[in-house]
Amino acid sequence: MLNVTRAELRKLRRPTLLYSTILVVMLLTGLFTTIIFLRIGSAHGPNRRGDMIDASILSQPQGLVYGFKIVAFFLGITALCVFASQTAQEYTLGTLRNLLVRQPARMKILAGKYLSMTIFAIVLVLADALVAIGVSFALAGHAKVSTSTWITSAALVLFGKTFVNVLLATMAYGTLGMILGLLFRSPISAIATGVIWSLILENILSAVVSSTSKWLPGQNFSNIAQGGAPEVSYHWSLILSLIYLTGAFAIVAILFKRRDVAN
Amino acid sequence: MTTAISVQDLTKVYGERSALSHASFEVPLGSVCGFVGPNGSGKTTTIRMLLGLITPTGGTGTVLGESITHPEKYLPNVGAMIEGPAFYPALSGAENLRVLASLGGFPQERVEILLEKVGLEDRGQSKFKTYSLGMKQRLGIAAALLPQPRLLVLDEPTNGLDPSGIQEVRNLIKELAADGTSVFVSSHLLSELEMIAEHLVMLREGKVLFAGRTQDLLRSQSAILLAKPEFAVDLNKFATVLQNSGFKVTVENGVVNIVADADSAAKVNRMAFESGITLSSLVATQPTLEETFFEMTGE
Repeated sequence: MLNVTRAELRKLRRPTLLYSTILVVMLLTGLFTTIIFLRIGSAHGPNRRGDMIDASILSQPQGLVYGFKIVAFFLGITALCVFASQTAQEYTLGTLRNLLVRQPARMKILAGKYLSMTIFAIVLVLADALVAIGVSFALAGHAKVSTSTWITSAALVLFGKTFVNVLLATMAYGTLGMILGLLFRSPISAIATGVIWSLILENILSAVVSSTSKWLPGQNFSNIAQGGAPEVSYHWSLILSLIYLTGAFAIVAILFKRRDVAN
Repeated sequence: MTTAISVQDLTKVYGERSALSHASFEVPLGSVCGFVGPNGSGKTTTIRMLLGLITPTGGTGTVLGESITHPEKYLPNVGAMIEGPAFYPALSGAENLRVLASLGGFPQERVEILLEKVGLEDRGQSKFKTYSLGMKQRLGIAAALLPQPRLLVLDEPTNGLDPSGIQEVRNLIKELAADGTSVFVSSHLLSELEMIAEHLVMLREGKVLFAGRTQDLLRSQSAILLAKPEFAVDLNKFATVLQNSGFKVTVENGVVNIVADADSAAKVNRMAFESGITLSSLVATQPTLEETFFEMTGE
């Protein structure tokens, strides 16, 4: 499996993919964190409708990670696209046959791919964290936000928890991307389905029938990143996401193992 | 173990269509075996089954002495290029080979050696998407050679290659065979196969038409005498004379083709003389593999 991971990392570390993805993540994180600090006290900030972020909220330990976790959804969508394309392109390029001739144990291919993409996701989340925290410290003075609580042990613990939650949410979206890639065997179909579902259909569904949001995968992935919400608990989202993803992954893994590679 | 590949009753059915039907053949260890057949005859399906990419509907087989139901036991010793080279377009040729070397656990040093072997040492760092068809094909051959294979399976390795490239592939196959590597090669260039393949498996519509030594196949075909009368007006007259004597003849391009071996040349010449026809040439030929292929497959 480690041979597969090493081989996959060679593909993932190509500059056009790695650097451009990190750059996009850093730009988005920088932009959103900047907006939080520049629109402080405004009802038009990047927070949920009706909630206002003021300096007193940001001066608490959670102020350190506010920008970090607000970009989690975009990180997730990025992971979905990367995981889907890296999986499905093996079919469209015809390279799957090369992989399977060199490593016939198909489950090892899947596990190795997943491990390599997990490493890629960790790099993305790290880039997100670094930029969000850097920009937060840089703009705190301008926004009259006190940073004294940001360098306490409570803030460090909160950062650790948020890092894990954002990573879990990113991996959940990425896993969804991999599932769609294996299912559709085409990067375009997999990415289009994943993005349209997560960005548009889930939002329409939860806006029209609010009770559905508790059951929608994307809403639950995002809830994990936020550490839970009053309406839906963190543990509910974690367990439901695990059930959805494990079930779907098991189905596509069986398909991957049994399907003839005829292209 | 005396066979590199051995299959019995190998069958693959897709829905109601049979891609391969009860195919049985053997490829002796250390030999070069040509795999021929018209498009859609089941060659690639067979190769994919041998490589564990698709599951047979029926039948059994072994590769390097191991059952094809356990490809993980023999694939580390098999190099393959199936249906043209498939690589990552955004990676360089060398990086593509490194991906496969990492995957198979082969030393990375093999990459540079193989790039040189297939004549890509100057373009190894260029992206695969910038390669010509011939260069892609060379990279595919390099990838197949990564494991220092005991069995090399090549599907149309000369596609897109210029004459010198074709000659290089031919020499490479001969070189590998001389070192004891078994080579199973499918190609539409039958004249090339005739030069290198001691064994041959011929398919048509999913069925094995012939499996055995190439020389045995060619010898089993009737020889042809090519008789050219001095004057074109005598062509049809001579053909009729021969037919009346029981010969099977055709007239093509000013020549009478007579199905007969070289021993009959004197008799044919005498018949021409007795009919008042002068022959400007009388040549005995053996059918080529290409002619035999067309004859057998009805293409």
